[in-house]
Amino acid sequence: MRDYDIIVVGGGPAGLAAAIEAKKNGVDSILILEREIELGGILQQCIHHGFGLHVFNQELTGPEYAENFINETKELGIEYKTDTMVLDVTDDKTVVFVNAVDGYQTLKAKSVVLAMGCRENTRGAIGIPGSRPSGVLTAGAAQRLINIEGYMVGRQAVIMGTGDIGLIMARRLTLEGASVKAVMSRRTYPAGLMRNVVQCLYDYNIPMMLQHTVTKIHGKERVEGVTIVSLDENRKPIPGSEQYMECDTLLLSVGLIPENELSRKAGVTMDKNSNGPFVNESRETNVEGIFACGNVLHVHDVVDFVTEESRTAGRAAAAYVLDRAPASASTISVTPGKDINYIVPHTIDPEKVEEEIELMFRVSELFDDSRIVVKKDGETVKSKKKARMYPGEMEMIKIKSDILEGSQNSNLTVEVEEVPDKNE
Amino acid sequence: MSKNDVICVVCPVGCKISIAENKDAELGYDIEGNKCKKGINYAIEELTNPTRNIASTVCIEGAHLTRLPVKTSEPIPKGKIFECMNEINKIKLTAPVKMGDIIIENVRGTEVNILATRSLPDI
Repeated sequence: MRDYDIIVVGGGPAGLAAAIEAKKNGVDSILILEREIELGGILQQCIHHGFGLHVFNQELTGPEYAENFINETKELGIEYKTDTMVLDVTDDKTVVFVNAVDGYQTLKAKSVVLAMGCRENTRGAIGIPGSRPSGVLTAGAAQRLINIEGYMVGRQAVIMGTGDIGLIMARRLTLEGASVKAVMSRRTYPAGLMRNVVQCLYDYNIPMMLQHTVTKIHGKERVEGVTIVSLDENRKPIPGSEQYMECDTLLLSVGLIPENELSRKAGVTMDKNSNGPFVNESRETNVEGIFACGNVLHVHDVVDFVTEESRTAGRAAAAYVLDRAPASASTISVTPGKDINYIVPHTIDPEKVEEEIELMFRVSELFDDSRIVVKKDGETVKSKKKARMYPGEMEMIKIKSDILEGSQNSNLTVEVEEVPDKNE
Repeated sequence: MSKNDVICVVCPVGCKISIAENKDAELGYDIEGNKCKKGINYAIEELTNPTRNIASTVCIEGAHLTRLPVKTSEPIPKGKIFECMNEINKIKLTAPVKMGDIIIENVRGTEVNILATRSLPDI
C-alpha cells in the first residue's frame, strides 16, 4: 500500500521545483512536507534583488521568486503540509512526520525527494572564546528577525565572514540605521561575490578587513565589544596585532552546512567533501528511488541553479515512479582532481545523458588565469580557460554525450591547471 | 577609493578601472585597468549616473506577518538611497496586499515606484 507516489521533504525552491517538474511529467500523487508556516524556504527572508536572471530572465527579489513557484504549485493542485516536521525517512521510503493537525503520521511513498536545504555554521563551529552575551547571531538569523519578524538586532555591528549573506546583511543593517564597523574575512580575498562587496560594503563605506578574525567576545548581558586579530599567510594570529572593537552585535557569516540528518537515517551515503549525498546524473542517491537536490545536496550560490538541478531530480523521480526509468547503471565515476573540492554528480550512466551533462564543482583556492581540465581515464577530453575562480563561486562545465558514449567503468576527473605567467 | 576608481562588477574578476574625463578621447574619457570591453560601459555609467536597486520592508497590519517586503521597481540614483529609505519607513499598510502592488508612486521624484514583493492576504 502506497499513500503517495512522491513525497518531497522541504518546501523551499528545491522542493517546489522538484514537485512541479514531477507533476508535469505525469505523476499526480505528490505531497510536499514543509516545517515552516509557509512555503518558499529561505527565499522569503532574502528580500534583496538578484534572483531569477537565468530562470525568469529578469531580476527578482527572493519573495517574488518564491511566490511564482508557490503559485504554480497551487495551480497544479500539488498537496502540501506546512508547519510539519519530518522525523524520519527510511530506505523503504516510509516518511514519519508530526504536526498539530494530523498528529504523528507514517506515510509510504514510491519515491522520496530530499530537499531540506542547509543551515548556518554558528559560533560553536568556529570556536570563538569569551562570554555568552546576547547579540551574537548568525547573519541568516539576523536577516529573518529584521526582514520577516520586524525586529532590529543592534545598533553597532561587527560581521565575521564575507559570505554573501554577511555582505547583504551589512547593507541591510546600514539601511536600517545601524553602523557596521567592519566585515572580516580570514582569507586574503572575500568569500562572496565581488558585486556584493562593491554594492553592500564600498557603497556605504563599510571597511572590509581581510586576514582578520574575532578571538574574543566581551560583555555579560549584551555584547560590548570584540577582540580582533590580524592573521598571517597561514591564517595564524600575528602576536601583538590584537585590537578591541566596540560593538553591541556580532553577526557570523561563516559557511553553510547541508542539513542531512534525515538522509543519513534513510541510509544515504554521504560525500564528506560536499557534505551532501553521493548522487548519479539524475540526482538519485545510493538508495533506489530516493533523490536529493538543492542545498541539501551541495550549497549553491544562485537559486536558479537550485531550480534547474531540482527539475532534474523531479523528472527522474517521476520516471522512477512511472516505471519508465531503466535500472540505474552508472558506469562512469566522477572524482575531484587537483585543487577541486567536490563535484556533483558523483556517477554518470552514459545511456541517460541525452545531449550533454553539466558537472558542478568548487575550486579549493583563488586562481587567476587558469584552466579547468576534464580528463577521462587520464586523457584530456575538455578544457576551459577561466580568468578567475575562487571557492565562493560554483563552477560548471558541460560534457557532450559523445565523449561519454560507450564508456564502461571509466573515471572522469576535473582539475585546475595553472597557466604559467607570460611575463615570467 | 578616489572618485575616479571603479571596481567592475560585471563578472567575478572585479577589475579596478580608473576613469578620467578627456575631451580628446574617443568616448570622452580615459579608461584604464579593464580587462574586457564590458568594463568600459560600466565605468562610464558608474562615473556619470550610478544607480542601485534597494529593498526593504514596511509595516503591515491584519496579515499573518507584521512586515511586508518591498523594492524599487527600477534602480534609483545612488545619492537618493537614504531619502527613499525615509519614505519607505513612513509607510503603514493594512492587508490584503498583492505582489506587484504600488506602495509608493514616484518615490522622491525619481520616477521609480516602490512595489510589494509578496502577497499578504488578510486574516
